[in-house]
Amino acid sequence: MKALAASLLVVSVISMTSHAAEYRPITGGTLRTALPLDGDTVEVAAYQLRALPVSQQEFKRFVLAHPQWRRDHVTPLFAGQGYLSSWKTPQDFAPNLAAAPVTQVSWYAAAAFCESEGAALPTWVQWEFAAAADETRQDARKDPLWRAKILGWYETLSLDVLPAMALHPANVFGVYDLHQSIWEWVDDFNGLFVNVDSRAQGEQKVLETCGAAALSLGDKENYAVLMRIALLTALKGQDTVNTLGFRCAKPASKK
Amino acid sequence: MSIACCTWVVKKVALPILALAVCAAFAPSVFANEAADALPVETAVLLAPPNVPAPITRKTPAKVIVNLTTEEMVREITPGTKYTFWTFGGTVPGQLIRVRQGDTVELNLKNLPSSKLPHNIDLHAVSGPGGGAPQTLIAPGNQAKFTFKALNPGLYVYHCATAPVAMHIANGMYGMILVEPEEGMSPVDKEYYVMQGDFYTPGAFGAGGLQPFDMKRSIDENPSYVLFNGASNSLTGKNALTANVGDKVRMYFGSGGPNLMSSFHIIGAVFDRVYFEGGMKFQEQVQTTVVPPGGSAVVEFVPKVPGNLTLVDHALSRAFHKGAIGIMSVSGEEHPEIYSKNANTKSSE
Repeated sequence: MKALAASLLVVSVISMTSHAAEYRPITGGTLRTALPLDGDTVEVAAYQLRALPVSQQEFKRFVLAHPQWRRDHVTPLFAGQGYLSSWKTPQDFAPNLAAAPVTQVSWYAAAAFCESEGAALPTWVQWEFAAAADETRQDARKDPLWRAKILGWYETLSLDVLPAMALHPANVFGVYDLHQSIWEWVDDFNGLFVNVDSRAQGEQKVLETCGAAALSLGDKENYAVLMRIALLTALKGQDTVNTLGFRCAKPASKK
Repeated sequence: MSIACCTWVVKKVALPILALAVCAAFAPSVFANEAADALPVETAVLLAPPNVPAPITRKTPAKVIVNLTTEEMVREITPGTKYTFWTFGGTVPGQLIRVRQGDTVELNLKNLPSSKLPHNIDLHAVSGPGGGAPQTLIAPGNQAKFTFKALNPGLYVYHCATAPVAMHIANGMYGMILVEPEEGMSPVDKEYYVMQGDFYTPGAFGAGGLQPFDMKRSIDENPSYVLFNGASNSLTGKNALTANVGDKVRMYFGSGGPNLMSSFHIIGAVFDRVYFEGGMKFQEQVQTTVVPPGGSAVVEFVPKVPGNLTLVDHALSRAFHKGAIGIMSVSGEEHPEIYSKNANTKSSE
């Protein structure tokens, strides 16, 4: 299905807009990932990440330029029934705020958007690398207060209308809202995740097919990351969630 | 004579078993679906605790459709203090599912669009890896269907099994499924559904305001609340359970945990029977029964005189300091020959 989406994207017209999104350079480096595929750490190459998730306003512009992604035109293969269902009309995001993150978007629509600005969805480890940071540290994950703040967001009920973005300070990379705002799609969401029964351990991970490796639980304390992974594991590409949006990533700019 | 009889039976039975094995080997899923499709279909009536769906009168298996939702909500954990509960069907515990041994259960789980978290369900009544959890992991706004055969009679816990599992359970995501034996259950006058659970907040019991979940306290197994049916007052005052003198009362009692074992006791009653560990065997004349997290017991007793019977976890600090108290208000005629209410034995010389 991903191949099908990709071929569709190739033929879609890539429009250059005057509203260039801000991308921040991320240094990359060694990441102690929650998903050790080959050992406990992975090397993450330098890349650029959108400072903010894609907004309602930005997604509306995309939908106007690419009408095949309007909710009344999109093929059900690429977007389920909830796709942009909070929008007043297929072209009007009210009652959502223009500056709020767009949500209720499928993986396919998110990927198409990123493609339209010459980018792609970040991979899980790219997202995880940037999301490990707080305002002053590249890796704040061992800090119980940092974890408690993130868990606090999970504990609150979801809102009907999301607030505008960047309510919290940017992290050390200048990236906003990786936590305490929305869930975010990643490019490889269905390729690398935990066994859907999170309690499975040992043998089961090698028995799973399609790279659905069980979480090592090497980082059992990091519930914040565990819950991200559980949500992404629950999804199919056409699914949408009221609090699931996305941002895009690009290769590091050449000097 | 008896040998000849048994040999005949074995021969008679062996052939169909062989045929079944061959059939199953070629098309197992088709075979299973055809069998289930031939069953009468009914939708399970689910009631909020402490109520219990009516006993099953059917004498043959059915396909039972169970529609459950997962819902996240804020409500009082004790008067003046609120908590964000995650629930099956909007109640703690989730609604009691009642089926018959041999039934095929189609469980439809819907995660409300207003939810923030993914959820799923693991039913201990299921024979198979994960108990349905892998098939039912769903993001907010999505739904899943899972079918299983209720092979074993008994009273079983179900719960959410999404990471971190203990947190989902500590927030209230548990309930029970009663699988009645094929021969049915003996009739009683009153049936009730009560589950104990432990809750973890940074503030002590009754600290006030909206209290968040405290992961550290959960890992340390140090709850600030130990409750029956998800609130300190769920079985007291106007919510007290009721019965009449002489009623045969059956209580489906479970422990959601996530961590604590319950020493379940009713002050002023002796359990005539305890179907311990939710199974088919019973012990008689029991004062306090132990119920592990993720376990259950069916208790039966007859209130003999009017007044209030008090449900407690007999690890009594939980009862008197953390909320594990409930009341059964019993009406009816006094029986002084059994219990004299006047303090006539006290005297001062």
